Amino acid sequence: MSDIHANGAMSEAQPGEAGFGDFIALLKPRVMSLVVFTALVGLLVAPVPVHPFVAATCILFIALGGGASGALNMWWDADIDRVMRRTKGRPIPAGKVQPGEALGLGLALSGLSVMMLALAANVQAAALLAFTIFFYVVIYSMWLKRSTPQNIVIGGAAGAFPPMIGWVCATGSVGIEAVLMFTLIFMWTPPHFWALALFMNSDYEKAGVPMLTVTHGKRSTRNHILGYTIALVPFALALGVTSIGGPIYMAVAIALNIGFLIGAVAIWRRDEAKAEADGYRLEKKVFAFSLLYLFLHFGALLAEAALRPWGLGGW
Amino acid sequence: MLKAEHEIHQRRFGRNLGLGLVLVAFVALVFGLTVVKVTRGDPMQGFDHVVRPEMAPAEAQGGN
Repeated sequence: MSDIHANGAMSEAQPGEAGFGDFIALLKPRVMSLVVFTALVGLLVAPVPVHPFVAATCILFIALGGGASGALNMWWDADIDRVMRRTKGRPIPAGKVQPGEALGLGLALSGLSVMMLALAANVQAAALLAFTIFFYVVIYSMWLKRSTPQNIVIGGAAGAFPPMIGWVCATGSVGIEAVLMFTLIFMWTPPHFWALALFMNSDYEKAGVPMLTVTHGKRSTRNHILGYTIALVPFALALGVTSIGGPIYMAVAIALNIGFLIGAVAIWRRDEAKAEADGYRLEKKVFAFSLLYLFLHFGALLAEAALRPWGLGGW
Repeated sequence: MLKAEHEIHQRRFGRNLGLGLVLVAFVALVFGLTVVKVTRGDPMQGFDHVVRPEMAPAEAQGGN
């Protein structure tokens, strides 16, 4: 049943004993799925058609680059991952993979994904992927995450790059559409994560991560959620009047932004006593809605692009 | 003890098999990418430093 030696419990991973699945877990497959989706939309809505095989290869290596940064993040954050309930099952704190193995895998896959993206698409896209990995691992994980409550705000940029990389794979340059897709995810990340932090507070506190809820309290976090949601709306709507937008996107964006604003105002109006009384029901609902918010915005962009050949998508 | 070792070997086999499949997939992917790039890659002949009459339109037009 167990992989524990007969002579006693094994608390630390031994070299070369991790299973294949443990290495896959290092790549954060769930985060990867969001990277795949947004990068795919960025690539497909671009005005330059890409051969399907080349497109699939690009998406694969953008995802692999994201996975590599996930492995490097797990290597660096192993100490705090051990403390947090949400992360203590990850391969390194669980003792399945050694930190050095995660570092090696992360570095190797970073190099491979950047090199292969340069060969499959272009050097600009590869450089952007390299910068994204650097940003997530060095700027976010090593520097900002443990030093400022604004960690999520600036660190969110790493998650916002994939659609821009997808766009650059097709066009070779960054356009206003790519910048707005980036901004949509960038501005969405703070209210999304802070809604999560409102009901996961104790974990961040235990790990000593200066999440806004820990440093400035939940009242301030609620104010921030509302502020960032208001700031997000113009960017989400602006995307609708670019060459990749259209009536479908605009209708979806208006409905979703009204919904998100209502949720943010409701979070802002609540006090802790009420939230604790119902187990943060509203905050959890808004967090779930925020996931849908992003998915449907990009889904609508995809719908516009898919309908374009029939003269239906776009303005 | 023997059983414990057997499980470790099984896990190692699984990992090696996984890695083997990944490598085979990678080779197939590079091959596929090469085929796509070469079959569509019209300007590629221009980079091999060899003069080809069909690549030099002025000369081609000047000849008989």
